[in-house]
Amino acid sequence: MASTEGVIKEPILAADGTPLKQALRRSQARERRAAFFLVAPLLLFILIVFAVPIASMIWRSVYNPEVRNFLPQTASALQQWDGEDVPPEPVFQAMAADMIVGVENRTIGRAAARINREIPGARSRMMRTARAVDEWSAPYSEKFLEADERWADLEFWRLLKRETRLITPAYYLLALDYEYTAEGEIRPRPEVYQIYKSLFWRTAWMSMLITGICILLAYPISYLMATQPTRIANLLLILVLLPFWTSLLVRTSAWIVLLQQQGVVNELLVALDIIDERGRLRMIYNRTGTIIAMTHILLPFMVLPLYSVMKTIPPSYLRAAKSLGAHPFRAWWRVYFPLTIPGLAAGCILVFILAIGYYITPALVGGDSGIFISNLIAQNMQGSSAQLKLAAALATILLAAVLIIYWVFNKLVGVDKLKFG
Amino acid sequence: MAVPSYATPAERIWYYAFRVICGLIFFFLIAPIIVIVPLAFNAQPYFTFTREMLALDPEGYSLRWYRALLGSSEWMGSIRNSFIISVSTTIIATALGTLAALGLNRRNMPARGIITAILISPMIVPLIITAAALFSFFARAGLANTFPGIILSHVVLGTPFVVLTVTASLAGFDETLIRASQSLGANQSRTFFKVILPLLLPGVIAGALFAFVTSLDEVVIVNFMAGPAQTPMTVRMFSGLREEISPTILALASLLVALSIILLTTLELIRRRNERLRGMSPG
Repeated sequence: MASTEGVIKEPILAADGTPLKQALRRSQARERRAAFFLVAPLLLFILIVFAVPIASMIWRSVYNPEVRNFLPQTASALQQWDGEDVPPEPVFQAMAADMIVGVENRTIGRAAARINREIPGARSRMMRTARAVDEWSAPYSEKFLEADERWADLEFWRLLKRETRLITPAYYLLALDYEYTAEGEIRPRPEVYQIYKSLFWRTAWMSMLITGICILLAYPISYLMATQPTRIANLLLILVLLPFWTSLLVRTSAWIVLLQQQGVVNELLVALDIIDERGRLRMIYNRTGTIIAMTHILLPFMVLPLYSVMKTIPPSYLRAAKSLGAHPFRAWWRVYFPLTIPGLAAGCILVFILAIGYYITPALVGGDSGIFISNLIAQNMQGSSAQLKLAAALATILLAAVLIIYWVFNKLVGVDKLKFG
Repeated sequence: MAVPSYATPAERIWYYAFRVICGLIFFFLIAPIIVIVPLAFNAQPYFTFTREMLALDPEGYSLRWYRALLGSSEWMGSIRNSFIISVSTTIIATALGTLAALGLNRRNMPARGIITAILISPMIVPLIITAAALFSFFARAGLANTFPGIILSHVVLGTPFVVLTVTASLAGFDETLIRASQSLGANQSRTFFKVILPLLLPGVIAGALFAFVTSLDEVVIVNFMAGPAQTPMTVRMFSGLREEISPTILALASLLVALSIILLTTLELIRRRNERLRGMSPG
């Protein structure tokens, strides 16, 4: 191209006389804007109605403004205190001032309730003092200690100082079964309260188990469909698509009907004399129920990507391997199976991600031993503001897990391999 | 694919065993859905087949649960609520999603990858997390316990499907048709409605159906978000299944199975029409 550069001195002009390069750039910018304007409404919608709520949930899981809002002067006075000895007079003075304001604004009760969560019994002491404090005068520290000697309690002040932080990891500690000691150190919670960590693990291994069962069930039928003539394959596909399109609640109620103690399966087994009346199987309202029902509900998500990949594998590959002397199993393992890995990976990521966030089915058929972390998120959502924050922390941990899994999958296989239907 | 004549006995056994295994798996997939249909005609308030039903005695069957369903103002009101929510959701989600898909597939779309990821993200985030986030957010905005609040959150769930299906049907779209239409004197909106939309229609309809079903089936968000005045049928079913279960739920479930058969058939017809059209056009 060097030779043409020598020939053309003048820039090429567009029809309206502007240099072509400039005109092209301008028209491309116009097209970019037009494309962006088409996307903008949905993008804006998703950002406002989805991204902002998620971000605000994450923010709320660490945001801890109560003490600072309700006791602002005490909070700033405590910053000077070293935590070694009973706080100096300015702290008590600030506390008295905050209490007077708090009684006027009727916020003192909320402040006391918030502190009571950290130190049981602190509420009544605070309320009693707050009612009396407007008749006191300096020096306040003596008056406080006269009224109740527990105002000299160092643990109380240390805790109060800790809770003046705007950002707190307390709810994450709780979500992972840890807590603060009075000295501000982190230790595991007493064993009876440890529920969340084990529930995270249970959610993970049960989701893996369900994914595994889905692979075992989806592989043969996908293979069968892929090797049948189109007409039969389409008929078989309907057997997969009908459950896929049927309401989740319908499928869950079907499993309740089938598996409960007076249900169809137990009645059948009794009628066939396989079990007796008292030997009726407990297949629902426990882990088994969750696994059976969720496998059924998620199976189409494994079959569809597997089938769409298997359809593209020519059957002659397997025949070639066999004709070259490979045992059928070896031919399948060395030739066919590796070609199905993209579909398998897509199915696994779909099933696993859907499974670890499942709520409805475990809530209905899981009993106590079959519930997932989502069920506890939902439970905490209906509770106090502290439980709401705990729910936000649990949800953020789950979200992080899902995003990490998704990211790893994207690195290994590529998200564009995902196909739906 | 029959057994070839040269197959060894072991291969023959495997061939039939494989089919039996597949048959059992298909049975596992379809039987639970089929089994609830006759049970909804049970004359007794049980969830199992009575002796009369097995004997095919007409006494064992009745329409009492359908009558209970259709005669209950609570159930019918919640079904109406469900349809208000899912029809509104479908309209908004289809409009927003189709526009966005058209923009995303323009050649000059800036930051296509990241924007697509954002638009699809509601599909990846577990429903309970979306529910937790949206509920707290909408409660502060005064939208909890309102139809707009529920519909907006369902639009979030539905649009990714519309974006994906319309994008898929745009994959085979011939851009020269737009220029041809414009060179023949059609303006932008005429080109869109007369040329682009008819070709996109299968994708748009498929996306709309996905959005509709997603909204109609959704339980988790509405469970938090719906007040007594908005209770949709899924929430009523959910609490019904948790507390006392009556075969009325099975009657509704059977109707929903019928609905999913209709949806499935519609989609299949669209797919066939699509394949026919693709087969006719060169390339």
